[in-house]
Amino acid sequence: MQKYEFERGLAQKIASKIAELIKDEELTIMHVCGTHEVSIARYGLRHLLPKNLHVIMGPGCPVCITPQSEVDASIKLAEDGVTITTFGDLLKVPGRNTSLADVEGDVRMVQSIDKAVEIAEKVKNDVVFFAVGFETTAPSTAALLKRGAPENFFIIPSHRYIPPAMRWLLSQGDANIDGFILPGHVSTIIGVRPYREFSVPQVIAGFEPLDILYGLYMLVKQIKEGRCEVENAYTRAVREEGNPVAQKIMNEVFYPIDSEWRGFPLIEKSRMALREEYERFDALEHFQIKLESVKKETGCICEKVLRGLAVPDDCKLFAKKCTPQHPVGPCMVSFEGACRIWFKYGERIRE
Amino acid sequence: MCLAIPAKIVEIEGKDAVVDYGELKQKIRLDLLEDVKIGDYVLVHVGYAIQKLDEEEAKETLRILEELASLEE
Ligand code: SF4
Repeated sequence: MQKYEFERGLAQKIASKIAELIKDEELTIMHVCGTHEVSIARYGLRHLLPKNLHVIMGPGCPVCITPQSEVDASIKLAEDGVTITTFGDLLKVPGRNTSLADVEGDVRMVQSIDKAVEIAEKVKNDVVFFAVGFETTAPSTAALLKRGAPENFFIIPSHRYIPPAMRWLLSQGDANIDGFILPGHVSTIIGVRPYREFSVPQVIAGFEPLDILYGLYMLVKQIKEGRCEVENAYTRAVREEGNPVAQKIMNEVFYPIDSEWRGFPLIEKSRMALREEYERFDALEHFQIKLESVKKETGCICEKVLRGLAVPDDCKLFAKKCTPQHPVGPCMVSFEGACRIWFKYGERIRE
Repeated sequence: MCLAIPAKIVEIEGKDAVVDYGELKQKIRLDLLEDVKIGDYVLVHVGYAIQKLDEEEAKETLRILEELASLEE
């Protein structure tokens, strides 16, 4: 397979093409994917780009946008003696009083839902998989539930759809977004079509630094030419129709319901609830857990960061009271959280 | 978490497969794809192949990028 090695020379040339296009106009471009932010910070792309091109991160970190009520539900289950399995990223997210990492209980990190089922097959007690992630991840959960799982296996259904969050952001207009860089691997599943409802310039981009620069180039060009389309800069992995098999499986198991996101109010049809045939896997139903949102005053501004209204170094706690060892908010916990990424790669834009 | 890594399929048995990342091999599932063959490159995410990678498109993108970089103002 063709390698996309990072060649600074080539990257610089593409960046200068972007500068030629943009001239002195101020443009704000939002991406909605933590993996994009990792590449941008790690390879210092913001510093290659013209200063008047603002690349901001939106609600692209699945762990970060999972509301505290759902995190608290998983902690409560662990306290009650249920084995909780989840992706490592979630463990240190602070709940109301504690986190999955600190709770007295059996909490295990897994790499895939299949590993969680293997645990359920070995133990006698109940095992719950905390299912977070966007359309990239949800098909694996759906495929497994379709195959069937032991009686003692349940999930907290926290998967969410990306387009409804974009719809909400666009309806608000508070981040003044001139265009979107669309998430490559969500698009691998859902394809190009679902984004066409949005009348804003959009480009699907991959994750190598050159992929992102290419996506930005196409997007700035589109904006400058006054077009409003969905273009694809990641054709090796994203087809017009996406992955129809994965979509079918996902739609057979889940359906969209209105739901809260961290940093957002209720977003219409944005969470994946289990359809009737699969309801028996719903841990919230089975253990009769009510989701409760409790406001916690910590000074954390994750909510603004997730809406693209602030960047991590706008937060007074950033790299001071809040670090990956002692995270105050979820954006400092997840490997895809903007604060964690900026901390790790020393990204700053404020003086 | 939306990280998906390219890998080459080296073994297939039903919907179970083994992929090779270059230095590391891993068992994955093929529930989300049809017609996968040994030797195909796929994107792997949380233990599932989510799409086949298109080698011709990969070359094409790189060609466009190089062409773009060599354009004079
Ligand atoms: S630095 Fe910490 S406290 Fe501040 S917004 Fe980020 S996660 Fe929240």
